[in-house]
Amino acid sequence: MKPELIKEVTYVPYSGNMAAAEAMRQINPDVVAAYPITPQTELMQFFADFVANGLVDTEYIPVESEHSAMSACVGAAAAGSRAMTATAGPGLAYMWEILGVASGMRLPITMTVVNRALSAPINIHGDQSDMMGARDQGWIMLFSENAEEQYDNLIQAIKIAEDERTRLPVMVGMDGFVISHSIERVRLLPDKAVEEFVGEPKVMYSLLDVDNPVTHGAVAMTDSYMEFKRQQRDAMEKAYKVIREVGEAFEEAFGKKYEHIETYKIDDADYVLIVIGSAAGTAKFVIDKVRERGDKVGLIKIRTYRPFPYYDIMDAIEASNCKAVGVFDRAETFGAVGGPLFSDIAAAMHLRGKSYPMVDFIYGLGGRDTNVNHIEEAIDKVKRLAAGEEVPLTNYLNLNE
Amino acid sequence: MIEIRWHARGGQGAVTASKILASAVIREGKYAQSNPDYGAERSGAPLRTYNRVSETPITLHCMVLNPDVVVVVDPTLLRTVPILEGTKEDAVLVINTNKSPAEIREKLGIKGRKIYTVDATKIAMEELKRPLLNVPMLGALVKALNGVVDIRTVEEDIKKTFGKKLSEELLNANIKALYRAYEEVMSE
Repeated sequence: MKPELIKEVTYVPYSGNMAAAEAMRQINPDVVAAYPITPQTELMQFFADFVANGLVDTEYIPVESEHSAMSACVGAAAAGSRAMTATAGPGLAYMWEILGVASGMRLPITMTVVNRALSAPINIHGDQSDMMGARDQGWIMLFSENAEEQYDNLIQAIKIAEDERTRLPVMVGMDGFVISHSIERVRLLPDKAVEEFVGEPKVMYSLLDVDNPVTHGAVAMTDSYMEFKRQQRDAMEKAYKVIREVGEAFEEAFGKKYEHIETYKIDDADYVLIVIGSAAGTAKFVIDKVRERGDKVGLIKIRTYRPFPYYDIMDAIEASNCKAVGVFDRAETFGAVGGPLFSDIAAAMHLRGKSYPMVDFIYGLGGRDTNVNHIEEAIDKVKRLAAGEEVPLTNYLNLNE
Repeated sequence: MIEIRWHARGGQGAVTASKILASAVIREGKYAQSNPDYGAERSGAPLRTYNRVSETPITLHCMVLNPDVVVVVDPTLLRTVPILEGTKEDAVLVINTNKSPAEIREKLGIKGRKIYTVDATKIAMEELKRPLLNVPMLGALVKALNGVVDIRTVEEDIKKTFGKKLSEELLNANIKALYRAYEEVMSE
């Protein structure tokens, strides 16, 4: 039986990895299977300490690869247990086949992805190409701006995944190193409160329920495969509502609001930036700065990436004074216009029958620093676009050329 | 908000010292960040690590460009890395050297900026018997920060960070090195 360590709300100096590990301790999953990879290694070391010191009841399986890690989670979740893991970059790529097995079998597995660049060239630093590459594998995707959001999102992910309407796996991303290895102030919730919030695992169609035998991972040929996929789309659409409800429940319990998107100074904004992850924080700082000289810039930070919050984004843009939009992509989509987020925003505008001028900024690949100056440079381009000047569709920030 | 940049070599413990500083500030109820500039770390290679300290929440998630305070842990870096890069005239420099601030100013031709010097190497060799420079440099930095964080909170944090890992003797030697540097650091 796991001991109670944190009895009241506590503010601590934690890295993103420490925050994620602490959330996992409090969630106390039945099974964790993981394989170490930078920058996730530390997270699993912290969790392995909890296991070794008897602070969790978890069955911890140190497997031989990420493919095996997800396979073990699939088996554990199908048996009816609450299973968690964590990975990064190439580790997520190696998991790719089993990611689809987890979502296709409708298993509520939750996973931290410490966002890392993909090879080649080899790079251990933060960008979001790993999760963007796994985008269509049927997982709900949340992104965190900082360590505290990773902690809060991971706790919410359990409820989102296990809801009867969704039964889908959830991955929660935080930028590698910039968040995973940086110390910040993090609010920790009491053990009991987290335990109560996530509740007992809701077991559905357990393989171990011998009185009600079921089949998992069966063959489905031309006669039935498509129906399974149709159901997954339906579950993902329902997840949109579930994520919002869980966010509301979290706010009610712990006083902090989580929605599909977070807006910053958008109401009177002439120029709108759309950012995912840690750079959204830097953008907030820059927005305050440029507003002092009269540039009305606002921000939409995307927390839920799948299901994509088309309506929330367009509602926010339409409620502003938007003259042009700057989209920030920390991943490439070679051969398409802009990055993955750019395409999603273009689709959102089409669905709403609106067409705002927009440009894309590819930034931070392989951990390239994106600082105040680079975001100011992007704002300048968005302003020029709004003024009718010609600006390239795809731009790069802090690129040497 | 105060932004700090540390210059050190791999193995000197600068990343740990910057974490302890952030941790102590947060324990006092304020906001801080410690963000190492991770590369392919090699013992002895020059590295940078950063701190931000503030009374209000910090949302910046990027490198420090214009540090208010620069800490030079290894004196051999004074001539090999651009320690003044991005600093303004009123920046504070905290340097490990056996020279006085005036001597350093003359030797390096530094104009403006407030210079603090401390012989952290000597303190480390005397107290810790090894060139572990991070804790003495932290002591000197805390003095230079002039009340931003209480040295006693830093002491508490060192005990929390190292308490289980170090012998009592070595832990006490670290605390002694912290306070010695805090007292011995010289300014102009």
